[in-house]
Amino acid sequence: MALATPALGTVIGVVHLRRRGRVRDVGGERLTGADLREELGERVTLVQFSTAFCQPCRATRRILSDVSTLVPGVRHVEIDAESRLDLVRRLNIMRTPTVLVLDAAGAVVKRASGRPRKADVLAAVADALPPG
Amino acid sequence: MPADPRALRFGAAVTTLVLASVLVTESPWLLAAQAVVFALGVARRSPYVVLFKAFVTSTPKKTEDPRPPRFAQLVGLVFAVTGLAGYLTGTVPLALAATAAALLAAFLDAAFGFCLGCEIYLLIRRSTPAANMEVSQ
Repeated sequence: MALATPALGTVIGVVHLRRRGRVRDVGGERLTGADLREELGERVTLVQFSTAFCQPCRATRRILSDVSTLVPGVRHVEIDAESRLDLVRRLNIMRTPTVLVLDAAGAVVKRASGRPRKADVLAAVADALPPG
Repeated sequence: MPADPRALRFGAAVTTLVLASVLVTESPWLLAAQAVVFALGVARRSPYVVLFKAFVTSTPKKTEDPRPPRFAQLVGLVFAVTGLAGYLTGTVPLALAATAAALLAAFLDAAFGFCLGCEIYLLIRRSTPAANMEVSQ
């Protein structure tokens, strides 16, 4: 048991490292400014779910606010998961940080759990931008 | 006061060794000692961190919010107390399972910097009854 537990931990750790922050395509949900209690971005909204007990949330906040300053029309909205458990349940948020990429109409088009890489966020934003 | 992540990581490594020793020796006393360390950690007085700071005096390049690691120490304390309850009542499988759970969390923190307690925090909050009292807009 003293050996099996670290072995299990290694498997969990490696899987976690590989999946962390990977941006996936999703669809089906749509969020409004009223849901977020904040205005949607003109072209893209980056919604970040955070909790107080979440170390990678800070780094994620930095990355997303960088991207929102870099790309015009992109807005970063951070939501405290604990105070919005209604949204957490509706969107099935399991951990923090979870990042949702919304297009201009508020449709959720991408999703990442764990701190994403800046390049991946930029690519996801480019995908979500309206054509033209 | 912000926390020194190097000291926390060192603490997680020592905790891993201690908990692995508990599984090998099945010593309730060692687990009790670790439970005291967890309790001190919740109070931000972890002896492992004190030990680290006695040897490493340089200032860390990065600091951390102290709340997540404190919460993790609380999770460790809950596991350790559960384990002790197992030993006290003669339910050795419970003692071993709780110790192994704490070991898993400490190992993930030490080896990967991955805070298991922090990850499950939202899951716990999602399912607590108090959450249902919230007014949906």
